[in-house]
Amino acid sequence: MSYVIPKESYTGKVLSFDFGKDDRAVTVGGENTLPFLSFEGQQPSRPVIACEIQDCPPDDWPDTVKEAYKDVSGDPVAWARHCQDVLNAKAIALRLLSTHPDRDDRSAEDAAGTVRDVLAAVDVPLVILGSNHIEKDSTVLVAAAEAASGYNCIIGKAQEGNYKTIVAAALAHNHKLIAMSELDINLAKQLNILITQMGFSKEKLITDPMCSALGYGLEYTYSVMERIRLAALAQNDPTMQPPILGDVGMYVWKIKETVAPEADVPEWGTLRERGIAWEAITATAMLLAGTNLLIMRHPAAIETVEKTIDELV
Amino acid sequence: MALTGIQIFKLLPKTNCKKCGFPTCLAFAMKLAQGGVELSACPDVSEEAKKTLGEASAPPIRTFDLGTGEKAVKIGGETVLFRHEKKFVNPCALALNVKDSLSDGELAEKASEVASSEIDRVGQKLRVDAVCVEYASGDAARYEAAVRLVAEKAPEAAVILNCKDAAAAGAAVKAVEGRKPLLYGADDGNAEAMAAVAKAHGVPLVACAEGPGALSALTEKIRGLGVEDIVLDSGAKTAKEIIEHNTQIRRSALKKNFKPLGYPVINSVLRDDPLFEASVASVAIAKYASIVILGSIEKWKNLALFTLRQNLYTDPQVPMQVEQKIYEIGEPGADAPLMITTNFSLTYFIVSGEIENSRVPARLAVMDCEGLSVLTAWAAGKFTAAKIAQFIKESGVENRISHKELILPGQVAILSGALEDKLEGWKITVGPREANAIPTFLKNRA
Ligand code: B12
Ligand code: SF4
Repeated sequence: MSYVIPKESYTGKVLSFDFGKDDRAVTVGGENTLPFLSFEGQQPSRPVIACEIQDCPPDDWPDTVKEAYKDVSGDPVAWARHCQDVLNAKAIALRLLSTHPDRDDRSAEDAAGTVRDVLAAVDVPLVILGSNHIEKDSTVLVAAAEAASGYNCIIGKAQEGNYKTIVAAALAHNHKLIAMSELDINLAKQLNILITQMGFSKEKLITDPMCSALGYGLEYTYSVMERIRLAALAQNDPTMQPPILGDVGMYVWKIKETVAPEADVPEWGTLRERGIAWEAITATAMLLAGTNLLIMRHPAAIETVEKTIDELV
Repeated sequence: MALTGIQIFKLLPKTNCKKCGFPTCLAFAMKLAQGGVELSACPDVSEEAKKTLGEASAPPIRTFDLGTGEKAVKIGGETVLFRHEKKFVNPCALALNVKDSLSDGELAEKASEVASSEIDRVGQKLRVDAVCVEYASGDAARYEAAVRLVAEKAPEAAVILNCKDAAAAGAAVKAVEGRKPLLYGADDGNAEAMAAVAKAHGVPLVACAEGPGALSALTEKIRGLGVEDIVLDSGAKTAKEIIEHNTQIRRSALKKNFKPLGYPVINSVLRDDPLFEASVASVAIAKYASIVILGSIEKWKNLALFTLRQNLYTDPQVPMQVEQKIYEIGEPGADAPLMITTNFSLTYFIVSGEIENSRVPARLAVMDCEGLSVLTAWAAGKFTAAKIAQFIKESGVENRISHKELILPGQVAILSGALEDKLEGWKITVGPREANAIPTFLKNRA
């Protein structure tokens, strides 16, 4: 019996866009194959990792990640510079967490100010995230989109409950947009359709099917992402062809495995490595399922996943 | 790939003698194609037909045990490329690589690490399944001694003999024959000699070649030499080679029914940096490896890799669940608190773990919600006031306790009013939203 390489040829292709400015802009998406299968297709752009920062001190982050940014995390500008200049981040994700009503309930204007300051301080591409409060995000992200006008950012997340204003703002200020739904391929598809029906180009969208941490529902995210990818490639479904986002750090750095001291759970080994491995492995699994853009927190986890990507592309 | 009735018919004696109980050979062939009868019902079938039909009906990826005894792991037997299609069947084995050039003390220590690697997660016992002894010394006597030592110190682990010198491997196999070691392995240069060792001792053999194409030629050769339990090493080293080779192998076996690659796969992911190794190992675990060889097994790394393996090998249709019942934690008296949750394994194990941590004896009423988490079950209408009330009444817990107070998960505080209406005479208390606040909550009540 002679061996023939079993290749699939897909009719569909993942869309691609770039974000950021000039020579620092990065491209996401564009592959016409399942992740990293170069023997049957092309994956022209390497998955991108955006390093997460926020507009208020990360009091609720566990010590392992807090420690990594302790000298800079009091100030989003210093924090952003650190990511760019010291960690060589290829992109930065700024989370406007202080605007959440349960945090400091800071105003949309304040948030816009932070966005302006950060944009002035760095030139790597920026992802601008709200606090994930449906109502508040619809004002905060509008102000942020305006403040970032001309910088070609990714803003989000637009969800079923607030997408209209956020889509309009992304459209007006020429940004890319995150469409987030909750772990269901049909909901993801439906939201993408609703957004494109507003005249927003699908070539400027990125789908966030909702992430989950290793051990806490990772398998659901993994399979939803795989199904989205197969729909894009094998079924050539245009509503499933935007690239995929994995917002990894925020799901990982709150679960017990990244927080519990070794003294409490000696059988789990050292806390620092455990947390970093948790984030790195969650992120690696997301890449295999089809993620094009990852948002991550710990520098050592980011470095590890970058090394893995070096081997994968 | 199953044969059609007509294809099977062509292989039958075509005498219509009816000894099989069917009026014609064709009728028998049709039934056979549907899987309704066994070929052995026809007494006159030729040896050749038996062989062809037997092969066609064999599963596309061969399944066998790695190791022996209670902790042997089944490898192979997978039926799909994507876990949403159908459950991945046999979770991959993790193995620690040790070199025979280490001192006896170091070897014993590493073997004990494997032996004591077992942890419990969400009700499953998970462990490093095997130890792989690498022939690095070039000294056959040393190799045999090292293998003996490691096998003795890790008495339940499967043994993998990473040695291409057939004489040295042969002696080592003999030393641990009862453990059914995996011989690793045969390549173009030593295939005959290795196959002879594997055959003589009835142990499985790894075929090692560069790329799936060369590998398929080698497995055909090895099979021809009489070895049936084969494991594939395509020479994949980088993460990319792992994902590409393993995908090609799995696709060939499943979609093309290409027998020469219908075997479980072994990948070695050794890297100097243990964190990086963990990340590359996760590529192999997710993308079709049946055995993954690691260079180190720190506890944190094991926990993360075990969890990934467990996640990816759960049934996508049926979440992991526990039995519906009133669980007693820490010998609760009649006045001990009564708490309620759903039967999703993860939820149950997190909540019961935190109750244990509190050291306050309590009862945990676990209600069947088809394995959904608290909020998911609530959103799906399976964890409602009416259903909870009915469950509590029918559970008979009332007769075992001296109070009528039920503690609800904080996430479904919204149910408390309706529940007080439905459970007459009961007091409903809203507990914390997150399980990690349970110890403080229970201690403050006591
Ligand atoms: C994974 C998931 C799913 C999986 C199911 C997983 C499963 N086996 O349950 C799938 C994809 C199938 C799913 C489906 C749905 N989901 Co869902 N899902 C989630 C997700 C991401 C995680 C749930 C989880 O596993 N949590 C972990 C477990 C351990 O948590 P838990 O059971 O709540 O237990 C914790 C606490 O409650 C507490 N606790 C538990 N018991 C007790 C007891 C006491 C006494 C105390 C004090 C504390 C306590 O301790 C635990 C740890 O802190 C959540 C969002 C999120 N990130 O939380 C949404 C979420 C629960 N889902 C949601 C919804 C709406 C749905 C759907 C109805 C929607 C849909 N997409 O169709 C369906 C319904 C399912 C159906 N019809 O069969 C919503 C619920 C919204 C709401 N507030 O009502 C959520 C919150 C997402 C959202 N923000 O919209 N979902
Ligand atoms: S017993 Fe065999 S030969 Fe006879 S009818 Fe049945 S299939 Fe044909």
